[in-house]
Amino acid sequence: MERPLTRNIRPGAEPLDLDGTRRAGGYQALEKAVRTMTPSEVTAVVKAANLRGRGGAGFPAGVKWELVPMGPDARRPKALVANADEMEPGTFKDRLLLEGDPHQLLEGVILAAYAIQAEVAWIFLRWEYQLARRRLQQAIAEAREAGYVGDVLGSGFRLDLRLHVSAGRYMCGEETALLNALEGKRAVPRAKPPFPQVSGLWGRPTVVNNVETLCCVPHIVDKGAEWFRKLGRGPDAGTKLYGASGKVRRPGLWELPMGTTLREVLEEHAGGMREGLRFRGALPGGASTDFLVEEHLDVPLDFESVQKAGSRLGTGTMIVLDDRTCPVGVLENLERFFARESCGWCTPCREGLPWVHEVLRALEEGRGQAGDVDLLAHHARMLGPGITFCALAPGAAAPLGSALGHFREDFEEHVKQRGCPWRRD
Amino acid sequence: MLQDDEIREIEEEKAAAEHPRAACIDALRAVQRRRGWVSDEVLAEVAELLGMSVAELDDVASFYNLVYRRPVGRHVILVCDSVSCWIMGGERLGRSLVLSTGARPGETSADGRFTVLPVACLGACDRAPAIMIDEDLHADLAPEALARILERYE
Repeated sequence: MERPLTRNIRPGAEPLDLDGTRRAGGYQALEKAVRTMTPSEVTAVVKAANLRGRGGAGFPAGVKWELVPMGPDARRPKALVANADEMEPGTFKDRLLLEGDPHQLLEGVILAAYAIQAEVAWIFLRWEYQLARRRLQQAIAEAREAGYVGDVLGSGFRLDLRLHVSAGRYMCGEETALLNALEGKRAVPRAKPPFPQVSGLWGRPTVVNNVETLCCVPHIVDKGAEWFRKLGRGPDAGTKLYGASGKVRRPGLWELPMGTTLREVLEEHAGGMREGLRFRGALPGGASTDFLVEEHLDVPLDFESVQKAGSRLGTGTMIVLDDRTCPVGVLENLERFFARESCGWCTPCREGLPWVHEVLRALEEGRGQAGDVDLLAHHARMLGPGITFCALAPGAAAPLGSALGHFREDFEEHVKQRGCPWRRD
Repeated sequence: MLQDDEIREIEEEKAAAEHPRAACIDALRAVQRRRGWVSDEVLAEVAELLGMSVAELDDVASFYNLVYRRPVGRHVILVCDSVSCWIMGGERLGRSLVLSTGARPGETSADGRFTVLPVACLGACDRAPAIMIDEDLHADLAPEALARILERYE
């Protein structure tokens, strides 16, 4: 089985330097693109490959790039931004790519910038990824020295590459909030439309892509759309970094064909549940996805299948709930996170999430009242898609609404028993 | 008062930025790296260098959780309190940390050695629970191992 994204990554080892990267075939795709392909041909192959965004939304990267105004009339400088602000709870896949193979990301960034003819590329990195920062800085210096940045390979395509180390807040992962952060403002979301592809950083055309998405690009340019599509098992193309955390035997990350089932990731790769524990459910792609449960074990983890099962693929890194961990406690934790990270821009999110959290805390502390569970269900609906300004609150509503559906008796039990049945301390 | 090297670094960031205010996060960080935190006095000076009002810069500074607007200890401990760490015993680790340092989340220890702050998922969920001390990640952390790690930070 092919594992293009992780083939050069050795856990615990230093990443390949530029020479090692080139010996392993790195930067060949970039050479090929700038020497033999037009920018629109690069976009076309990525579109034909059906590369969907790995940051969680699954939007086709090639379509995103196509929306960028091209030609002499486009406002400049245009920008390409790599979103390396991985902060979705339960998600740790981009860390591996950033630390393990920084040159792969750089090649993807430069290729994407070439496709949209951007003059500047940004890598937006969360501060906490210090090892990634050091390795990226080293890789950027090497790439600049070798002529992959600047006048790219003497082709006349000029690109400036910059690293921005963020100062925190989950909101920065939302692409328009990220652009505000890059402009030195509070990271609050912007209204869409206009979409960043048309009016982004300082009002100029801007594409924001996730790290894993960009890491796929060199391989698509190198080996073609057909090859990439065939890596996936179902409707979605490529490989995917799947992960599992929680009380499984072997928490970790695995690059597998897109469309690998939940059961395979859980049982074959994560080694199943720890001794004495049973699987109760999983958030398949980070904190802001709906719970899947036992009946969903054979769902292929691709965008459409997971959506049909009532959830989202999200980041593809699952958080596993076992039968001795309190689902209400999990929700109390999740909603505390979302309430804290709400940027405060729109009222339902700013006011609703602390309310939800307070009700959950009351349930955990034995202060729950009759009607609390219905109140939570009401909030899960009223914080859902289309009501708030951005996707943060709907993300918070997803695990809440689904937990109330699958584990309602646990919530009721907290009211009846005046507290959490699982807490003994 | 801002020192010469701080002013130099801020001016460099400003010159490299598309617009002066785009350098404000890096400018605040330049100050914080040297002083541990950003005081009102220093914030006002940075604002002037960047051509921003004090309110505009504080608007930004107070938004980002890694810009410290109050004094911190010699070492900052960021404790992941997100879901995977919680499932894997993060609360127990958090209690040990309070016992070892005497500081609850949001507080600085009486001897000024540690400030403990909660932080969103550190992206080390396969090695939960995890914390950061200054720039170092400590993952797969059993409460029993905490004391020896803290010893390294004087």
